[in-house]
Amino acid sequence: MQLQRSKWKAFSEGLIEWTIRVSGISAVVFVFAIFIFVFWEGKGLLFSDDFSISELLTSEKWDPTHTPPSYGAARIILGTFSVALVAMIITVPFSLGGAVFISEFCGPRLKEILKVVIELLAAIPSVVWGFIGLKITSVYMKELGADAGVSLLNGAIILALMSMPIIVSISEDALNAVPDSYREAAIGLGVTKWQMVYRVLLPGAKNGLLAAVLLGMGRVVGETMAVLMATGNADNNPFSSDAPFLDLLVSVKTMTATIAKEMGDTVNGGDHYQVLFLLGVLLFSITFIVNLTAHLVIHGVKRK
Amino acid sequence: MNDSQRFTKTTFTQKKESREKWVKVLLFMVTLMMALAVILLVSFLVHKALPVLSLNFFPDIPRDLMSAGGIWPAILGTIYLVVLSLMVAAPVGVMAGIYLNEYAKDNWLTRLINLAVINLAGVPSIVHALFGLGAFVMFAGLGESVIAASLTLAVMTMPVVITSTREALSAVPMSFREASWNLGVSRWQTIRGVVLPNSISGILTGVILEVSRAAGETAPIMITGAAASITFRQGETVYYLLGEKFMALSYHLYYTSMGWKVPDKLPNPETGEMVPMTQAALEYAQAIPYGTAVVLLGVVLLFNSVSIAFRYYLRTHRKW
Amino acid sequence: MVAGTPKLNVDSLRAWYGSEEVIHGISFDVRENEIFGIIGPAQSGKTTLLKIMNRTLEFTSGSRMGGLVEMDGEDIYHIKDVYGYRRRVGMVAPLPVGLPLSIYDNVAFAPRSFGMKDGEELDGLVQKCLEQAALWDEVKDRLDSLGTKLSGGQQQRLTIARALSHQPEVLCLDEFSIAIDPVTTMKIEDVLKDLRKEMTIILVTNLVQQARRLADRTMFMLNGEVVEIGDTEPMFSGNAKQPKTNAFVSGDFG
Repeated sequence: MQLQRSKWKAFSEGLIEWTIRVSGISAVVFVFAIFIFVFWEGKGLLFSDDFSISELLTSEKWDPTHTPPSYGAARIILGTFSVALVAMIITVPFSLGGAVFISEFCGPRLKEILKVVIELLAAIPSVVWGFIGLKITSVYMKELGADAGVSLLNGAIILALMSMPIIVSISEDALNAVPDSYREAAIGLGVTKWQMVYRVLLPGAKNGLLAAVLLGMGRVVGETMAVLMATGNADNNPFSSDAPFLDLLVSVKTMTATIAKEMGDTVNGGDHYQVLFLLGVLLFSITFIVNLTAHLVIHGVKRK
Repeated sequence: MNDSQRFTKTTFTQKKESREKWVKVLLFMVTLMMALAVILLVSFLVHKALPVLSLNFFPDIPRDLMSAGGIWPAILGTIYLVVLSLMVAAPVGVMAGIYLNEYAKDNWLTRLINLAVINLAGVPSIVHALFGLGAFVMFAGLGESVIAASLTLAVMTMPVVITSTREALSAVPMSFREASWNLGVSRWQTIRGVVLPNSISGILTGVILEVSRAAGETAPIMITGAAASITFRQGETVYYLLGEKFMALSYHLYYTSMGWKVPDKLPNPETGEMVPMTQAALEYAQAIPYGTAVVLLGVVLLFNSVSIAFRYYLRTHRKW
Repeated sequence: MVAGTPKLNVDSLRAWYGSEEVIHGISFDVRENEIFGIIGPAQSGKTTLLKIMNRTLEFTSGSRMGGLVEMDGEDIYHIKDVYGYRRRVGMVAPLPVGLPLSIYDNVAFAPRSFGMKDGEELDGLVQKCLEQAALWDEVKDRLDSLGTKLSGGQQQRLTIARALSHQPEVLCLDEFSIAIDPVTTMKIEDVLKDLRKEMTIILVTNLVQQARRLADRTMFMLNGEVVEIGDTEPMFSGNAKQPKTNAFVSGDFG
């Protein structure tokens, strides 16, 4: 009995392994390709004489279809961050509370059920969330006395609901990563469970919790359909009205929604088209930094 | 002092315990509120969609300026998107997962790839859309089409497949691989003979999740080829060519709720005269976006439930 | 005592994990059809040595080796067909590993991967290997059930049957009895006594008395170095050349 690996087999194996390696590297290629293509489509305008970055970032006048056009995205950028901020203020207490409950206070059966519910919540498409914001929550906003149903607050509520599952599940992982021996040691000292959570768990898991909030933030900033449908997409500055700090009931534009809404009306390769790609570059850079920070925060935990 | 008295709780202990109970109740309420809010929202959607939810809604094409009929072209477009994006994302994603878990050494390239996967998952969907527009529609010359939109979705959903493939592979104990290597079985044959058969179901759950993501996404397709409506002649078989624009459930939901208004009057099919819509027709027309939302939500939740059920089955049916 | 020709020749062998050297230039030879015992406390480099023997050390990232290992006079690290070479060395790991395949497929896995087709020849080979590993009688009626569901002792014999399935010239066992009961251990020891007629056996063992019962010659390793190599009987009856060996064998340290 002579068992010999045939040449053909060795060759086909080599081919398969080569394909696997190429596929592995493709992820890197895609990330670079995304940046390059998005930048490439916008670079013509970026380097032209009629355009300045400082105008894009500081001017409040966004009128790309007018002649001459104005490309001031300050209100859009402010709109993006104010919606995200309000959403995070709403969702973080609920999400962290939910994560602590699931991780520490509920029985194994309830835990399984809640985790499934959260996973299903995370799966709801953003366009459905936007639809809910447009047709349901906005109606209640109006009934409660708001002038416009679709507004910054309405969008933020929808985003808060949307980002909750991701924050809960990552926070729960972070809490799980705290060794049980810490819990046992604290309980052994006779403190209550709540004191244990407050004094031992939350400090122990703080990097993971921070990463969870950051990733939630990244998701909220990058969310498109829900804000497009739920915030009304009107060109307002939430900070410059009569309200003390931030006018929650004003309709705002975000970067994502502006791109989605206006891209269909542009001439391919035109200035308007290019400025939207530049907004895309800005958006990509912001979420890249947020995700990278979150990754480094979690990675720091692991190194310890 | 008898035994029972010796173990009565001090007021301090009682206070501590009651506070703990309150915390627990509070946290439970918080969690319950979140779940309840969502259940209420979903049941509201279903309630509003009732006028259109019949078996006729699925296989019929839109009629009377989209105020009547069904959503079959949109369902079909979503099927196209899912299948086409899966054909790219599944093989490349699974192989990338195999590379990262089975072949990659701990070096700078692996760290770079890991970072790339994480960031790929975090890139906003509208940026993926811009990428699709720049790369597939313009640069590759595919035009606004099913194929361009599907490729965009494939790049976007690939991290889902990569991550779940890695998780499934790393659940197979290292000792199995070592035992196989000791037999003089090659690396790839070990993966094929021992690792993949025991992780294929886990990999499949990731693929199912990819399907669910691809079916629900809107932003990446709205500027790479999704169309508000496509004219179909009645009785004609509905299909798309790969280079054509298409309808999709998610975009249909966006369009019917944002860009589109229920028409006041419709032309009479015989005389061509404009006549007002009947009350029933009006109710039906207004329920179309709700119906679309329910169908989309149903599809996505169905796939996710299947994936979850699959995982539970696996957990109870391990081979070791 | 068996005086055979050298099967394996190891010269100035070194090994590193990262920057840490774990084997510091050892030399010995293993003769044909002998049972070569290797004893020593934990962390003395025994398992690493076996991994070098069947060239699976390269799967551990960051590992390196230097020096010469020859089988039948041929440098094993210059053999091109590494899979073909690994087949010439059977390896049994400390913890029993039944692959998550049927009992039959566990044994048939390696022959199939080298192109053997299903049929009478394969059936015969599977039966022969299971018989040699003293497992056939226990499992012949349920060859289709999962190998992972067998008891620990049965799984270890399945591992041996699997190692025999590619008809090795050298069989390496790494502390095979660490996780199994004494009765099964004795069964496997009997198996080994039979197998030495057909192949060379390298037995790394945690049980000093097991080496005494089985090995023709024994090597005592300590911290990556060879303390002593010699015929088993004198070494275990207090006549070892090195005082350390006597101390280890009599249980004073280790």
